[in-house]
Amino acid sequence: MGAVLDNLDVLVEGFTATLSLTFLAAVGALLLGTLIAAMRVSPVPPLRLLGTLYVQSVRNTPLTVVFFLVVFGLPEVDVIVSFYRFAVIALTLYTAAFVAEAVRSGINSVASGQAEASRSVGMTFSQTLRLVVLPQAFANIVPPLASIFIALLKNTSIAYAFGVFEGTQAMNRLINDNGSDVIAIIASAALGYLVLALLSAAVFSRLERAVRPAG
Amino acid sequence: MRAPRFRAGAFATVLALSLAACGGTSGDGNTAAPVQTDAASTFEPGTRMKELADAGKITVGTKFDQPLFGLKGLDGKPEGFDIEIAKIIAAALGIDESGITFVETVSANREPFLEQNKVDMVVATYTINDKRDMVVDFAGPYFEAGQDILVAKGNPKGIAGPEDLAGLKTCSVSGSTPASTIQTKYPEATLVLFDTYTKCRDALGNGQVDAVTTDNVILSGYVAQDPDKFELVGKPFTEEPYGIGIPEGQEEFCDFINETLAAAAESGAYAEAFESTAGKVIKDTPELPTPPRGCQN
Repeated sequence: MGAVLDNLDVLVEGFTATLSLTFLAAVGALLLGTLIAAMRVSPVPPLRLLGTLYVQSVRNTPLTVVFFLVVFGLPEVDVIVSFYRFAVIALTLYTAAFVAEAVRSGINSVASGQAEASRSVGMTFSQTLRLVVLPQAFANIVPPLASIFIALLKNTSIAYAFGVFEGTQAMNRLINDNGSDVIAIIASAALGYLVLALLSAAVFSRLERAVRPAG
Repeated sequence: MRAPRFRAGAFATVLALSLAACGGTSGDGNTAAPVQTDAASTFEPGTRMKELADAGKITVGTKFDQPLFGLKGLDGKPEGFDIEIAKIIAAALGIDESGITFVETVSANREPFLEQNKVDMVVATYTINDKRDMVVDFAGPYFEAGQDILVAKGNPKGIAGPEDLAGLKTCSVSGSTPASTIQTKYPEATLVLFDTYTKCRDALGNGQVDAVTTDNVILSGYVAQDPDKFELVGKPFTEEPYGIGIPEGQEEFCDFINETLAAAAESGAYAEAFESTAGKVIKDTPELPTPPRGCQN
């Protein structure tokens, strides 16, 4: 236990990065995922096809492969940013596919009469989506989004293998420097993820109550 | 029923004869040291060596991803200098290759595997240091590596030593001793950590990092693979004595390993083990570091 307490700052620094990676990728994935879901329900066939292609190809690719393509593929076309940004990009691209499906299920759960009524009063497709369908859809998808973002939190640990100092890399650093305390260090890293996951779950359960339709 | 039983018996006899024949031709195959077939009778009862020799089996923890030292190829057999060292020690116990089970140990599980007796010894580019010595015992060292720096061909950043890494992106492996050295001794370097050295090599090839640092023996492998792209700075700035980890409190076994290593250095088996593996890339065959650090603690 001594090694953990002596190096608490390293773990805290690592898990702060875990949290910031999760947050940035979650925001990115929510935006991109919603856009893709909108494409998948749009009346324009090429957009629908593009949305479907994205979801099917990204969702069915292991995250490590997505990381590889982003971190070592983008530099081939001269896109070179920091490894932290590469990690945010990879996590965003990957998580967006799952968010898109959750949002689409939310959209489908809104009675079609709602959309038909909006169109019949002269709203455009995007107005219908933005003002009528999505607000109702989001209320329904808070629980699946919570699961997706908790998975994202744990997925950030893949970034340790791609040049980003975060919780798992902090753990590895401590393990090497303190061979006598390996189990305690791994246990405290597990605890780190658990605490962050429970915190996110708590945030989402508040959010769920806040967006629940009155009545 | 009699005939098949007879045939099985005959088969066993032939097998035993052919095994004996194999044992007789020392230096046969790729094992540098001959198997001491009568080893079991030479150990005192109750010693660790006696136990292992009687069992005829030994479990060795090693790395499966370290070129030149312990690398598991497509045929499923690990190869490298660490593997040969393990074979030399097993041979002295009267255990031939088929009695050795290699188990992958990564940096993070070497101590737990020894503490839980999941392996009998660890030969895995395992740097001896004090904290590790608190929970396991080390025989050896059997090799002395040193941390060095790999740069792009032509050394565009003019890196002559670790001091020059200040402000430069320096790549190593997360949770490794070289990374820790940079963190504590050269904190001005911007450390970028991956999980394997091959990713560091690729990042250096892409220009995403300025240098890769780890033990010279590993970096030499990359220069050999791609001499047009990479070069070694060639001034090791640490001493990394590789030891053989064994569970704590087996002083006799530790002494036995040290004696075996000394004998192998004497007979040329040590040099042969090196030349058939790491020596294919590293031209200078090292001497066995002497004296061993001693097993008392």
